[in-house]
Amino acid sequence: MNLLNIVLALPLAGFLVLLALPKDRHELIRRVALAVSLLTFVLSLGLAAGFQDDAPGFQFATDAPWISSPAIRYHVGLDGVSLWLVILTTLLTPIGILVSWRSITRSVKEFFVLFLLLEFGLAGVFVALDLFLFYVFWEVSLVPMYFLIGIWGHERRIYAAVKFFLFTMAGSVLMLAAIIWLYNTTGTFDFEVLLKLAARGNLAFSKLEELLLFLAFFVAFAIKVPLFPLHTWLPDAHVEAPTAGSVMLASVMLKMGCYGLVRFCLPLFPRASHQCAPWIVALAIVGIIYGALVAMVQPNMKKLVAYTSVSHLGFVVLGVFSFTQMGLDGAVYQMINHGISTGALFILVGYLYERQHSLEIVDYGGVATPAPCLAGVFMVTALASAGLPVLNNFVGEFLVLQGTAQVSLKWTALAATGVILAACYMLWLYQRVFFGETPEHVRAHVYDLKAREWAAMLPLIVLMVWLGTATRTFLPPISAANARILEQSQANVEVQVRLVPPGEARYAR
Amino acid sequence: MQHLWLIPLFPLLGFLVNLLFGRRASKAAVNAVAIGSVLLSFLWALKTLAALWPIEEAHVERYFAWIQSGELRVGYDLGVDRLTAVMLMVVTGVGLLIHIYSIGYMAHEGGYYRFFAYLNLFMFFMLTLVLAANYLVMFVGWEGVGLCSYLLIGFWFLKKSATDAGNKAFIVNRVGDFGFSLALFLMFVNFGSLDFGAVFAAAAERPIEERAGLLTVIGLLLLVGAAGKSAQIPLYVWLPDAMEGPTPVSALIHAATMVTAGVYMVARSSAIYLHAPLAMEAVAWIGLLTAFFAATIGLTQFDIKKVFAYSTISQLGYMFLACGVGAFGAGIFHLWTHAFFKALLFLGAGSVIHAVHDQDLRNMGGLRSKTPITFWTLLCAAVSISGVPFTAGFFSKDEILLAAYHHAPWMYWLGTLTAGMTAFYVFRAIFLAFFGQPRTEHHAHESPPVMTLPLAALAVLSLVGGYFGVSRWLEPVLPGVEVPHDQRLVAISVAAGLAGIGLAWLFYVARPGLADRVAARLGWLYRLVLDKYRIDELYGWIVVKPVVDGSRGVLWKAVDVAVVDGAVNGIGARACGIGGVLRRLQSGNIRSYAAWVALGALAALLAVGLAGGAR
Repeated sequence: MNLLNIVLALPLAGFLVLLALPKDRHELIRRVALAVSLLTFVLSLGLAAGFQDDAPGFQFATDAPWISSPAIRYHVGLDGVSLWLVILTTLLTPIGILVSWRSITRSVKEFFVLFLLLEFGLAGVFVALDLFLFYVFWEVSLVPMYFLIGIWGHERRIYAAVKFFLFTMAGSVLMLAAIIWLYNTTGTFDFEVLLKLAARGNLAFSKLEELLLFLAFFVAFAIKVPLFPLHTWLPDAHVEAPTAGSVMLASVMLKMGCYGLVRFCLPLFPRASHQCAPWIVALAIVGIIYGALVAMVQPNMKKLVAYTSVSHLGFVVLGVFSFTQMGLDGAVYQMINHGISTGALFILVGYLYERQHSLEIVDYGGVATPAPCLAGVFMVTALASAGLPVLNNFVGEFLVLQGTAQVSLKWTALAATGVILAACYMLWLYQRVFFGETPEHVRAHVYDLKAREWAAMLPLIVLMVWLGTATRTFLPPISAANARILEQSQANVEVQVRLVPPGEARYAR
Repeated sequence: MQHLWLIPLFPLLGFLVNLLFGRRASKAAVNAVAIGSVLLSFLWALKTLAALWPIEEAHVERYFAWIQSGELRVGYDLGVDRLTAVMLMVVTGVGLLIHIYSIGYMAHEGGYYRFFAYLNLFMFFMLTLVLAANYLVMFVGWEGVGLCSYLLIGFWFLKKSATDAGNKAFIVNRVGDFGFSLALFLMFVNFGSLDFGAVFAAAAERPIEERAGLLTVIGLLLLVGAAGKSAQIPLYVWLPDAMEGPTPVSALIHAATMVTAGVYMVARSSAIYLHAPLAMEAVAWIGLLTAFFAATIGLTQFDIKKVFAYSTISQLGYMFLACGVGAFGAGIFHLWTHAFFKALLFLGAGSVIHAVHDQDLRNMGGLRSKTPITFWTLLCAAVSISGVPFTAGFFSKDEILLAAYHHAPWMYWLGTLTAGMTAFYVFRAIFLAFFGQPRTEHHAHESPPVMTLPLAALAVLSLVGGYFGVSRWLEPVLPGVEVPHDQRLVAISVAAGLAGIGLAWLFYVARPGLADRVAARLGWLYRLVLDKYRIDELYGWIVVKPVVDGSRGVLWKAVDVAVVDGAVNGIGARACGIGGVLRRLQSGNIRSYAAWVALGALAALLAVGLAGGAR
């Protein structure tokens, strides 16, 4: 039993234990859930400690038969891309539990049961190396999130939950079809075997076949990212979800889509990836600008943050489809960054909601006076989200843009306008909520951060600075994994996106 | 190893200590931490410069890697050469004086610890900016000082005008930073490094670009960044509004140091500009036009801080003009003298505001006898900025104007005209505030010594600061242009300054009603200038409103809600409709089932038959 299996099994065990606990022992249920998730997190740090940056292939791997016919295996393992995403999941789960401590008042047991199941599904998605297993985890994560939104959400929760479910299902059905098609052609669901086939040139599809397979995977992932124009489920889901649901949704679940692009689309379908790249890049850039512009005019805080995700994740997709080392490194780094800073934003918006019971910006104003610490923490988070250097997002955005610049300065210039707009939406939000004279209704309800609230935010603030200043903690494994993925995605491709050698870049005339 | 990192570290620690513990600490403790940290960094800078003296070559210290990916390797690299040395002295020296002054100025304000924490954070980022040995670390400082500027402009966050001004400063600067960052991307793509040494070496190897080429593009993009930070046309609009911040902030950030970062950056990139004459020409034009344009607005303003704000924009224009005509050293020399006299003008204005609790020149008057120290020190700054011979401003401004004449005579003439206007509006402010009779009831009093001592120190520097031969000393780093010393040109520009002073005397002391009559005679032109040419309104109308309205009305309400989401919901409704039809099939009626089975069987047979039989 290696460490990865333990990390994966613990939330499932916790899920079963919680199921067995009596329904009305709320405090006990919360404590057990927190303990399990904290233990999982601590153990998952062992994955980072034991991870070897330069070792090839997947680490902490387990490959055991699960179903004999068709041949589905329990095959899990980690590389530098999945390593930090697993740890992101295990970090945000206890934080989500802390955030839900008092704010979840009905069906307490069910909430925490589902929350641990969600952790299990999400972590599984990032480690599965068997396509069918991947699909199973993909769906496992979907169900608890559906209920989290549908049961503990706000007024229009049913609409949002159904919309979320149908969007994701529409994509994943396509993906399932593609997975089965792959199995029929190759006789295996095993990702590593498929990689070997691809490396030897034995994964030869016709051009059309590869394109269709790529698109089936891509659409499933693009919905999840979400890429413009497949994003409209996201604002609804976020606005209606309870705080912890929004956190997991934004911080981790959206990364499933980004991760899928990097893990499966690039190495398995290199030709089609390159072929579609210009279109995808165009959509990513539209998403960056569009998301930022629409975020700017939102009257609802959660919707605003949701649209900023569309913008930020546009950078991720742009980086992936720049097919450069820096672009990919930046994209993966940005996945983690977005998980930290947007998760933090949703938590803070949740704190405000707990005080004032409104998500509308106009119901706030002058919050900085009664809650200076909340204001300070929000400021740091907003600045991180707006890409200020020494905080996390800057590093990811810089790498993505620098990588993209190696291919086309035009793309970079367009995408970089998103950084200007990020300052607009964040500062305007901040000004309207925190600055100005404090109205009576705000003064009556808003109080400063409590100890438990600090406990949930402090690790995220520390990480924002850490990810922004000491990138060497995180980047080497990511770079190593990306170098392999990049190599796989260049195989059998007459390189269409020409890498410009130094000294000959095209620049605007 | 000189441990350069200690220079920015002291203020960073001061920031952290005051931020975390300052709220409960006494004012004396906050002062000790804030001023002590800046003093330490000033002393460490002095020690470093002494140890490296005479600093003939750049001393670079590389600590550890910050970002490493692919071919990119950027470390925390700090360095000192003569250019940095000048900046270090300005930032830590003037910064120290302004910190001390703030003790008195902010004594009765809320959020005392927060003010000093932000000020320390600013020092950290500003020192990072000037010590950086690569463009990305410079960019860290660059964005960081912008953040502190935002925080300090909006320091009194209960006032909407203050937080609006903070937002405007940050966002306009982001527009500039957009250009700066594109320049960085281009540099790395083409030179494979962001290190100053490597980039400048690569730039020097390239031919001088007679027509627009790579270096020209990089130079122009850097200019966009510099225009944002240093408030040049067309991005100057944030600086006048930035006067919403406390006056020491205006002195430190919006006069002496941060706003000069753009000039520093252009001078630092001189290796690029020297090979891109078109970009240099653009720098010169932007600088000269800004100098003239801002000076015209300065002629008409009544808010004492606004007058000095437009003056700052105008003087920064001179520095850009200097760089653009190739006299980089003269530009930095003017940066040096300007730091003294402009910081003094603002601190003096702060002392006046402290005395009368008003910023409107029309409500002042007759303060000479009530605040004598403030008056005499401000007078030193005024003669210096007016270019009265042998003051600091005289030397640096003359160098710039002579170099401009050498480049293109018309630039000299416009610059000289601007010098005359500068002298006029500065003395206009002095005369309105200190001469004549008090125009409103106020119980003005002189400021405490903690404020007047820094004023005195800056007054001395404003008078003698020109005897430091900054531009000559910088020649190893910043090659200058050889300009014949033409006594006639010097005399003309001095005469322009004296004429400006004389005219101000005539308008505001000798014949007080004259100014109003002239204004009335000029009619709409005067009102246009008084309204700052309505540039803010123009930007609001052509940029802000279309973007916001378009985002709300078109992108959100029309595209997102109606088209994209409408399509989704439409598919959903259609699916429900189809489901509704299909549901009718399952009626539970055995006979209808039987009919369906029969029909189905028939269809299957037909299909098989048409397809050529079952195999």
